[in-house]
Amino acid sequence: MDVLSQLQRQLADFLASLYREGFVDDQFTQLQKLQDESSPDFVMEVVSLFFEDCEKLVNNMAKVLEQQVVDFKQVDSHVHQLKGSSSSIGAARIRNVCIAFKTFCEAQNREGCLRCLQQVNHEHAQLKANLQSLFTLERQIVAAGGTVPAMQ
Amino acid sequence: MESCNCIEPQWPAEELLMKYQYISDFFIALAYFSIPLELIYFVKKSSVFPYRWVLVQFGAFIVLCGATHLINLWTFSMHSRTVAVVMTISKVLTAVVSCATALMLVHIIPDLLSVKTRELFLKNKAAELDREMGLIRTQEETGRHVRMLTHEIRSTLDRHTILKTTLVELGRTLALEECALWMPTRTGLELQLSYTLRQQNPVGYTVPIQLPVINQVFSSNRAMKISPNSPVARIRPIAGKYMPGEVVAVRVPLLHLSNFQINDWPELSTRRYALMVLMLPSDSARQWHVHELELVEVVADQVAVALSHAAILEESMRARDLLMEQNVALDHARREAETAIRARNDFLAVMNHEMRTPMHAIIALSSLLQETELTPEQRLMVETILKSSNLLVTLINDVLDLSRLEDGSLQLDLGTFNLHAVFWEVLNLIKPVASVKKLHVTLNLAQDLPECVIGDEKRLMQTTLNVVGNAVKFSKEGSISITAFVAKSESLRDCRAPDFFPVTSDDHFYLRVQVKDSGQGINPQEIPKLFTKFAQTQTLATRNSSGSGLGLAICKRFVNLMEGHIWIESEGLGKGCTVIFIVKLRIPERSNESKSPLLPKANHGQSSFPGLKVLVLDDNGVSRMVTQGLLVHLGCDVTAVSSSDECLHMVSQEHKVLFIDVCMPDGFEAAVRLHEKFTKHHERPLIVALAGNTDKVTKENCMRVGMDGVILKPVSVDKMRSVLSDLLEHWVLFDAM
Repeated sequence: MDVLSQLQRQLADFLASLYREGFVDDQFTQLQKLQDESSPDFVMEVVSLFFEDCEKLVNNMAKVLEQQVVDFKQVDSHVHQLKGSSSSIGAARIRNVCIAFKTFCEAQNREGCLRCLQQVNHEHAQLKANLQSLFTLERQIVAAGGTVPAMQ
Repeated sequence: MESCNCIEPQWPAEELLMKYQYISDFFIALAYFSIPLELIYFVKKSSVFPYRWVLVQFGAFIVLCGATHLINLWTFSMHSRTVAVVMTISKVLTAVVSCATALMLVHIIPDLLSVKTRELFLKNKAAELDREMGLIRTQEETGRHVRMLTHEIRSTLDRHTILKTTLVELGRTLALEECALWMPTRTGLELQLSYTLRQQNPVGYTVPIQLPVINQVFSSNRAMKISPNSPVARIRPIAGKYMPGEVVAVRVPLLHLSNFQINDWPELSTRRYALMVLMLPSDSARQWHVHELELVEVVADQVAVALSHAAILEESMRARDLLMEQNVALDHARREAETAIRARNDFLAVMNHEMRTPMHAIIALSSLLQETELTPEQRLMVETILKSSNLLVTLINDVLDLSRLEDGSLQLDLGTFNLHAVFWEVLNLIKPVASVKKLHVTLNLAQDLPECVIGDEKRLMQTTLNVVGNAVKFSKEGSISITAFVAKSESLRDCRAPDFFPVTSDDHFYLRVQVKDSGQGINPQEIPKLFTKFAQTQTLATRNSSGSGLGLAICKRFVNLMEGHIWIESEGLGKGCTVIFIVKLRIPERSNESKSPLLPKANHGQSSFPGLKVLVLDDNGVSRMVTQGLLVHLGCDVTAVSSSDECLHMVSQEHKVLFIDVCMPDGFEAAVRLHEKFTKHHERPLIVALAGNTDKVTKENCMRVGMDGVILKPVSVDKMRSVLSDLLEHWVLFDAM
């Protein structure tokens, strides 16, 4: 069906662009591999969890950084968590920001941390939007009767 | 006067004449009456008299004659008619009886005469029997003597005793004055006086063996009389005054072990004789009787047999002693050898361990060093260190392998594996090196080569790699071809070993691998040396050769263990060479084929782990979910926990693997507590750390708390799959980084 193949092509292109631009990396592919008949919405579940987690962490970090005396250790542990989560789902850009974030934390550089936090927020929003488009496309394909092609 | 009928005497009887007649008649009558009485008396006395009735007749005759003469007494004077009648009757009777008797005597007397003849005959016979009896008794006595002598001789196996006893017994039986035995000397040219009866220590007289008298005696097996003056007989000073006693000599064959053939009694082959000389007492006028000579001959034979037995016994005793000595020596040598081997093994084992430990440290630290920041110079140095230490480790392993191979303590690890994959892997491993040297490597696997076989994969790979590696090493240019196919029986017999008898059967086949290179080639004379360990040939001992000389030797051992054969063919220097080896592999049974792992080596083992219970400990929700999803995708039964308390609460013996995220603050602590909870190794689940980085500190910590392995996050599906396979196969994970 033309629509179907068009949609599939669109999906493929979109996914390729995400990879190209570094929004997601190999780990995301792995995640997609884990999606099968027994867990059809695995990726979506994990991604949703990640976004929740991310928001929570960002809020916490914001709170800590607003304090007079910043507890960098706490910030560091949050960043650590975020880094872990983002690595797990393959959110490459966020992870990279976290790495920089960590360095600032160790240097106890408040400004740097705040800047990174902002960046995290930004990336988070972007990724969320992108992934939501991705999921929409996938849903459309499934609705049109096709199957989502597995990414190599 | 008137003529009357009375009988009257013619003339008047003269008185004297009448008287004498009267008396004579009387005595005749008396005698005639007494003779029968006597006859009767004596006949009654004797029990043997066949003619009784003749006697009666004779008696009657005589009685009647007597009666007649008695009655005659009355007729001298006037007698009555009665007397005349009686007289007449008696005369008539007498006449009858005497005639009858006369007639009978004609029959009787020849018989009586013949009785006499028979008696004479019997007497002669009796005399003859007496004589014969005497003879038999003598012979029996002789026989008894011989038996006794033989018994005495045979009762001992000691040569000296045999001979002494013989002389003593002979001397006693035959009442000899002297008895002597002359034995041939070692040279065989002389006879030496060895034993005598009377003289205690015979002086070493010798006589040459070629004397005519000796030859005469030796030529026949009979005892012969010899002159008392012959040299062999003149042993003692002349004792008697007159005549020395007769002397007899007999030969005694000396038999050797080699003389006894089964069907060939030593009569023909015997050469050496001893001489036995027997002397009768002087002045006794005794003669050698035939039976005595026979006795001597028999004894001589017995002595020969007894001596040969003694000789055989001596021989076997000597041989047995020799064997025992040799046994003791061999045993000693064996024990020494065993001690030496044990000492060497101990040494090797200790040295091996001692050598491996620092080597391990060097390699590990060098590889760690490699991963740090280094200047190019430093990097080069570290790489060289690593390469050298790897070589050294290989050498150490080789040496230990070889010593184990030699002991026979090395055993093949049989398992099912993919044969094709082995060759492909070898090819892949060698390709980089070969391409650097611009060598072209080709691999040809026969169509009928089974994929799935049972054998020792590691050692087959090692052998193949070694062979191919050598081919690459010693070729400067050209191409290398590896061919592998199933060896048919004709090609099996073609191989060079004379004692290689391959037997094909249904579940075995022989794999033949040929590696042909176009390199330096080998001098055909050098080929046998190649397989001996540590030998370096002239052509191979170049600067570039990094071989320890052990490689081919080990290959040969491995190939032998696999019941095969390896050899090299080369036409000479510069003409390349071909290494061929044949090994025996088993084909798994049909039913196992479906279960055998046909996956290529990279993804070894299972693709899913149904029902494998695992526990995931991670405090990061996302990460935990991803890991859980991953494991679920692989079919495991996953429990995910977020704190170490919860982990320890949930963990049980059913969980086989435990994944701990060590980025967690209490990740290591969880591992420690887990070790405390499960003290026995086999009850504890395998603990694998999921680490964000692989720096030294992390690794050290993992080792410290006793992790079974470390995985770098993020983990791909394939990575996780292979990790689980490895874990379950080996029960330990070698750094899956």
